[in-house]
Amino acid sequence: MAFSRDWLLEDSPGSRLQARLGRLYRVLLALGRNPLAVIGAAIVLALILAALAAPLLATHSPTAQNLSARLTPPGGAYWMGTDELGRDIYSRVIYGAQITLAIVLLVAVIAAPVGLIVGAVAGYFGGWIDRILMGITDIFLSMPKLILALAFVAALGPGIENAIIAIAIATWPGYARIARAETLTFRNSEFIAAVELQGASPFRVIALHILPLCTSSMIIRVTLDMAGIILTAAGLGFIGLGAQPPLPEWGAMISRGRAFILDQWWVATMPGFAIIAVSLGFCFLGDGLRDVLDPKHGEKG
Amino acid sequence: MTLEPHSAVPAPSLPVPPGRARGRALRRLSGVAGILVTVALTFLGLLAITFFIGRVVPIDPVLSVVGDRAPQAVYDRVREEMGLDRPLPVQFLAYVGDVLQGDLGTSVSTGRPVIDDLSRVFPATLEMATLGILIGVALGVPMGVVAASHQGSWLDQAIRVVGLLGYSVPAFWLGLVGLALFYARLHWVSGPGRIDIFYDGLVAPVTGLMLVDSLLAGDLDVFANAVQHLVLPASVLGFFSLAYIARMTRSFMLDQLSQEYVTTARVKGVPERLVIWRHAFRPILVPLVTVIGLSYAGLLEGSVMIETIFSWPGIGNYLTTALLNADMNAVLGATLVIGAVFIGINKASDMLYRLLDPRAR
Repeated sequence: MAFSRDWLLEDSPGSRLQARLGRLYRVLLALGRNPLAVIGAAIVLALILAALAAPLLATHSPTAQNLSARLTPPGGAYWMGTDELGRDIYSRVIYGAQITLAIVLLVAVIAAPVGLIVGAVAGYFGGWIDRILMGITDIFLSMPKLILALAFVAALGPGIENAIIAIAIATWPGYARIARAETLTFRNSEFIAAVELQGASPFRVIALHILPLCTSSMIIRVTLDMAGIILTAAGLGFIGLGAQPPLPEWGAMISRGRAFILDQWWVATMPGFAIIAVSLGFCFLGDGLRDVLDPKHGEKG
Repeated sequence: MTLEPHSAVPAPSLPVPPGRARGRALRRLSGVAGILVTVALTFLGLLAITFFIGRVVPIDPVLSVVGDRAPQAVYDRVREEMGLDRPLPVQFLAYVGDVLQGDLGTSVSTGRPVIDDLSRVFPATLEMATLGILIGVALGVPMGVVAASHQGSWLDQAIRVVGLLGYSVPAFWLGLVGLALFYARLHWVSGPGRIDIFYDGLVAPVTGLMLVDSLLAGDLDVFANAVQHLVLPASVLGFFSLAYIARMTRSFMLDQLSQEYVTTARVKGVPERLVIWRHAFRPILVPLVTVIGLSYAGLLEGSVMIETIFSWPGIGNYLTTALLNADMNAVLGATLVIGAVFIGINKASDMLYRLLDPRAR
């Protein structure tokens, strides 16, 4: 009966593992009661599955050209039609999930820790360290994200790696602000004082006692930000500064379809639906997570 | 397209001078001074970012002048003339000085000073963003109020989904679909560009705003044509501000409707319509002003994509064209101007909030 429902929901868990699993179970239960959050989670799962199983799900090669079938409307062998080189749009959209997932994960992996550490250090030490770090953060925050990312990509050169770096540069300041606010709320609490009196170094206090407490608000914020990251990446791809052809990146695919939008609408429209579905999925999931993990926001939003 | 402005930066808390009568005046003065200092520092930071970006560019600015076959002596001389041999802080000060004098360098692709280019294209963006925000406010505020007053109903759910769509639909995609539908299929609006070629140049550019200029000239044909061109891109842009404004209005209204004074009004028998519009709506006007300001600033960002789709000769189109031509002076100049306007609107709505809300004074 190790993983029974009762064991998970026990009020006095016997081990750390049991407590953690119990908490996770409760969060999942609460999420399950929110239909939009379930839809969101399903979409995000579908994105991950599509990325992992792309070779199985795709009906054609994402890059193979078939000029005799160029610009075929949706239907029959080509579920979403073909583009100007006769490539199957459905297969390209499926493979595009890999790129989107990679961008989203890499930006989160770069930006969230940077923001977390900057914010926690600023909040923990206070004083001039706080003022300098937050001053820099505020300057980045005061710029429109897309413009900042565009300017950095212009400097670094087009390409998907540089696009990821540029988006990460534009994204971290939001996390720093949140981490600082969270840190300030328990900076002066007794458990921090107790650890400090035991002689823990600031590094230890921040890494082991402050950062873990910031994670849940960080998870909410990162999930809610995902839509924005996807849209910015697609925008860079659309302008031609992100993923380069023949990569089946959704934004770049829309850009190719732009020339045919008036007659062959599906070339530009189909990848757009993929972007909308995935972004909406992250929005729904983020909203749901916020309601569960952050009771302050409650029913609003 | 995310048009949610990145939360207005809270002004630093200022020391409150003791003493009552003198205190209040001083406090307000130091409040204004504090904001001005923050604004100045933010602008300086913005300049530091664009300067830094200009420095990390892999393209050697000297090479673009002398070419890659120039002898070393020529290269060194040009490098010196361009001031690139000076220490970085000195170069930065020179850069700040240039920008303050309105010198943003010369665009490689147009051959004109960047500042002239920008002042020529900016009105087009302003015109589109202004109509966009008007559409956003006119539809977004009532939608938010209706959603909040019918909380949980299907209407509320539908408005919530519209709000979330504003965060998940790519602006360039919506623009393309709009063109395919309303221009190509239904012929309701005119296609890309600001005006038909036939009408181009008929009206003297006084303000640079096509609608205003054509009215000033009394040419209604040009006006009608300009409206035909403007209405679709402005509506697409307006959709994104509508989504954000509706979402925020709903959330503000829900806050108010759960307050006790609203219950009191209802108990007293005030008709629901009056409870909503006279009692609950009034207090949210102040935070709404800030939201609208932030949304207006956010439209600048959205206009980059929309202008590219609609070949709209504004600052966004200028920026993307410059990006593709690796025209760094133009890129940094446009970034700087967009950033500065963005910061300016943000700070202005922040100050307006302080002025309007007695509790924030």
